[in-house]
Amino acid sequence: MKYSIGVAVVLLAALLTALSGAVNEYFFYAAFVVLQFMVLATAWNILGGYAGYVNFGTAAFFAIGSYTAVVLFKWLGAPLAVQIAAAAAVSGLLGFGVGLLTLRLRGIFFAIATVAIIFIMETVMMNWRYVGGATGLQLLRPDVLQPFASYTRMLFFVMALLAVMAVSVARYVQISWIGRGLRAIRDSEEAAECSGVPTLKLKLFACTVSGALMGAAGAPMPMYLSFIEPASSFSLNYSVSALAMPMIGGTVHWLGPVIGALLLGSIQQIVTVTISGEINVLVIGVLLVLFVVFAPDGVLGLFKKLWPRRS
Amino acid sequence: MAAPLLKVQGVSKHFGGFTALSEVSIAITPGERFGLIGPNGSGKTTLINCISGSLRHDSGSIEFQGQEISGLPAYRRTRKGIARSFQIPRPFRSMSVLENLLVPYEYVVHLKQSDAEQQAMEILRRIGLADKAHAPASQLSQVELRKLELARAMAAKPRLLISDEAMAGLSGSEVDEVLKILFSLNAEGITIIMIEHIMQAVMRFSQRVVCLDAGKIICEGAPAAIVADPGVQRAYLGA
Repeated sequence: MKYSIGVAVVLLAALLTALSGAVNEYFFYAAFVVLQFMVLATAWNILGGYAGYVNFGTAAFFAIGSYTAVVLFKWLGAPLAVQIAAAAAVSGLLGFGVGLLTLRLRGIFFAIATVAIIFIMETVMMNWRYVGGATGLQLLRPDVLQPFASYTRMLFFVMALLAVMAVSVARYVQISWIGRGLRAIRDSEEAAECSGVPTLKLKLFACTVSGALMGAAGAPMPMYLSFIEPASSFSLNYSVSALAMPMIGGTVHWLGPVIGALLLGSIQQIVTVTISGEINVLVIGVLLVLFVVFAPDGVLGLFKKLWPRRS
Repeated sequence: MAAPLLKVQGVSKHFGGFTALSEVSIAITPGERFGLIGPNGSGKTTLINCISGSLRHDSGSIEFQGQEISGLPAYRRTRKGIARSFQIPRPFRSMSVLENLLVPYEYVVHLKQSDAEQQAMEILRRIGLADKAHAPASQLSQVELRKLELARAMAAKPRLLISDEAMAGLSGSEVDEVLKILFSLNAEGITIIMIEHIMQAVMRFSQRVVCLDAGKIICEGAPAAIVADPGVQRAYLGA
């Protein structure tokens, strides 16, 4: 109940901001990216945080979402909502397939296998002429929908909607029986199995949901850039950020990735504008090291330590 | 004799060139208290892993309540009524002690959260962990972890409970406590396989004992006969 009121307030605030003439257009460019990372971090956390299966393949799921959107746009001129839904379906399917192939691997072996997915998918897209191959494809944005004044403002609101949806899904997974099963898997897979937890099924479920959300996050990207090309779509930065943000925020609670994305995403945007885009990666690296060493349970863990009674 | 609850027939398991189990056959009747002994590395835990589904055996068959279960994943076997404790405790460290028991209640017994918590508390009281119910499992001592292993297995409401060295490291009075619990579970109709190095405990508890050595059954019979068996003495003491 409290949660749904919170959701309503956040969405209303996002909508009002998007419609307000007082807010600088650049804000929406930057906020879109932060929200996109919120979706990615939240999605990553479902498998990586709850179940402890570290996925380095975020970029692959994200980019496949983008490419699905492009194909639908070019082929049928499909509207954005359809692109997002289809991207979620395709990336979810990819998650299921990848899960079937790799989820029997544990620990580092699973992580390595997921890196491979990026290279495979990137190679495929590079050699697919229809979506522009290695040089990429310029896209013409359709007209903006009412009541939004610009396309970027609309995309900002769409991404806010996706972020809320992603967080709600993650929250549901966490507090339902699925969440306890995933935690049991992270703690001891063998004991989980012997306590009646269908570990492979739960992992497949988590991988599918996680992949679908990542794909949905990638779908609006081509329209945001009016362009798509493989190298930046499959950038390892997506994988690293999606992993770093929950680590920094805290992986055990749905709030963790949200905090991490807001914190790290905002810092990145500020650093990009004030210093340079290259420093971005350094920021992630330094923060990640600091947190792993000094606050392994993230911002949430720090709070818990400082105010133990509230947990 | 009643139809066996668990029938292991000709089960073999190899790890590379090493034969951990060769042609092991045992039949356990419903309600039996069964002891499994043998020196370290004789294949006791491997056999348990094959029965509970943590490992797949290479050949032979395992039937539970007249049904072949060899192909089933471990969680399905647990749902059919085979629960086990682990020799090296594998607690769910990120959860409280109570939550550890809620996992099997949620996934095997399918109880409502409130009922599950009530019954889980009951088990914790019985095993002597009630005051630790809300403590994180990561803070338990070795002895408490062993009790938690047993408690979690009990929470799965098994027909067959496999206790893999639940008493190692326990003091004499604690061994008596755990034995009392196992006896009372058995009185409720639960069949129990006990793996134990503490001889006086196995011998007191079991109606029938099997001794494994190098993956083979070398002796089977009543506790007294086992202790007197020269083969068993050779396996343990060397000849």
